[in-house]
Amino acid sequence: MDLVCPAGNLPSLRAAVDNGADAVYLGFRDATNARHFAGLNFDDRTLEAGAAYARGRGVKLFVAINTYPQGQHWSQWQKAVDRAASLPADALIIADLGVLAYAAERHPELPRHLSVQGSATNYEAIGFYHQHFGIRRVVLPRVLSLSQVRHLIEHCAVPVEVFGFGSLCVMVEGRCLLSSYATGESPNTVGACSPAKAVEWRDTPRGTETRLGGVLIERYGPSEAASYPTLCKGRYRVGGAVFHAIEEPTSLNTLELLPELFDAGVTAIKLEGRQRNAAYVAEVTRVWRAAIDACRRTPERFAAKTEWMNTLGRLSEGTQTTLGALHRPWQ
Amino acid sequence: MAMNPALPGLRLALGPVLYYWPRETLLAFYERVAELPVSLVYLGETVCSKRRSLRTDDWLALARQLAAAGKEVVLSTLALVEAEAELKTLRRLCDNGEFLVEANDMGAVNLLAGHPFIAGPSVNIYNPRTLAYLAGLGLRRWVLPVELGREALTALQLGRPAGVETEVLVYGRLPLAYSARCFTARAHNLPKDDCQYRCLDYPDGQLLETQDAQSFLVLNGIQTQSAHTYNLLPVLGELADLGVDILRISPQSHHSERVVELFHRYLVGEIDLPSAKEGLHRLMPTGPADGYWFGQAGMKAQAWQQTAF
Repeated sequence: MDLVCPAGNLPSLRAAVDNGADAVYLGFRDATNARHFAGLNFDDRTLEAGAAYARGRGVKLFVAINTYPQGQHWSQWQKAVDRAASLPADALIIADLGVLAYAAERHPELPRHLSVQGSATNYEAIGFYHQHFGIRRVVLPRVLSLSQVRHLIEHCAVPVEVFGFGSLCVMVEGRCLLSSYATGESPNTVGACSPAKAVEWRDTPRGTETRLGGVLIERYGPSEAASYPTLCKGRYRVGGAVFHAIEEPTSLNTLELLPELFDAGVTAIKLEGRQRNAAYVAEVTRVWRAAIDACRRTPERFAAKTEWMNTLGRLSEGTQTTLGALHRPWQ
Repeated sequence: MAMNPALPGLRLALGPVLYYWPRETLLAFYERVAELPVSLVYLGETVCSKRRSLRTDDWLALARQLAAAGKEVVLSTLALVEAEAELKTLRRLCDNGEFLVEANDMGAVNLLAGHPFIAGPSVNIYNPRTLAYLAGLGLRRWVLPVELGREALTALQLGRPAGVETEVLVYGRLPLAYSARCFTARAHNLPKDDCQYRCLDYPDGQLLETQDAQSFLVLNGIQTQSAHTYNLLPVLGELADLGVDILRISPQSHHSERVVELFHRYLVGEIDLPSAKEGLHRLMPTGPADGYWFGQAGMKAQAWQQTAF
């Protein structure tokens, strides 16, 4: 089971490599990837340096080109594919069908993974991408239960990667438009969810308010810690009650399910967090490396260590974690 | 009556019912639809496989009735397909042998490839290369993803292969997201596996407001929609100029017939834009939105506000 770690910049890439990643994934400094944030991602210089660092230590490099090109901007995505091929990257992580078709035709030797943004939630969908574009791996959306993951793998010719830890999309990835509804920008179109430029923080007599595109996402009392206004994690009024109607500020943590994921035949675990800093990447990579190694040695005796869970809990959004959709009652 | 020369040849389609309506309500609704001035009708459950007011056989029987009434009928598939039971239903629909099928995920596209099919709004067709690739597999019609507007559609229409029709949602609450989680059950403190079919209580979904009382979204089981109704009535001329073939109206629990009639009368030139707007204005549960068309936040209502009443 491979550990696939996030690299939002060169220090994070080094941290992932140094702490036991089997592969790192990164994106270019533009809208071609789903973490298109200011100050993040790789330009030509850092890309070469990062590729050399990973390669020198036997770690694979995956390049995420996982947004959906529109209209006259197509050439930017084409260039991104060609640039990744020129490194060469060990794999491309792609969502858009047009980009997949281009990559398969122009660089057939370069492995293609279907991004989580490709939104393939069943083995028929995965089969489509396998048959037409020869994908070598699929990253599953965070909507499937453990038994569904198991069933999918049994019926699927493509190796499966699942998310292990990090920010949790409660909506099926690649088909969530909440962000563009409020701000005009979405993960699909520009690689940003709840973009920073649409965020406002206001101190009011009723507490600190966070807004996104002018929409009130959250209102914090004096004792509450304010956090970034991700649209799906605000408190709203439904049926007369104010609550986290979509999802609490929480992170996904599937560490305690590792033996089941091994047993189901999961090929790789992905850690989310290209927007996080190098210290974060170092810590989560270290914990997951230790856990995967322990599970590989003696799966029947695997137990998530308190120290691991405390570390991951501390690094989590709202210091809370959940098993997410893998755990049926969460749904 | 003179045709409106700006809007030649645009046909109306009625999208699938996105809500959980009881069997009698659905059957009565489609009895009225048979008489409405829509050319096309999309039928089927696209949101939640637990909703079973009508079984696959019932949908097929309904499809035959509407076809006999002169409608072009399309069977729509589930947008979020996870369980084997859902795949089983999907295969039945795709193999029905009588009616065209609207694929709402890539699993359905896989099953339909090689035969004529339609790609619904939750299949991500964002650029001409994707459109061309799917056309090579049998795509006959596609529906513009709802977050795309004029600019993206212009490029897609320029690269549109011959024999492929373009459909655009012009009226209805926007389908914005799908989840493993059921938000309606969550709002009732119920687990999804024991949801008690609470969606039946919300024939237009359940309103979600911000803490400062702005209507924002609508919870519709595992689907999240806009509270505001997407409404492109003021820009139908632009759609016609871009070569759009079909305009989709999404059903709502009340006044769908009047909505269809107003669009129809406007298209054939019986009423002008201010009259059509005046008529539609009161029929939208929360109000209009059209920002996506202009490349803005989807919830904005630019054209609606800037055109005359």
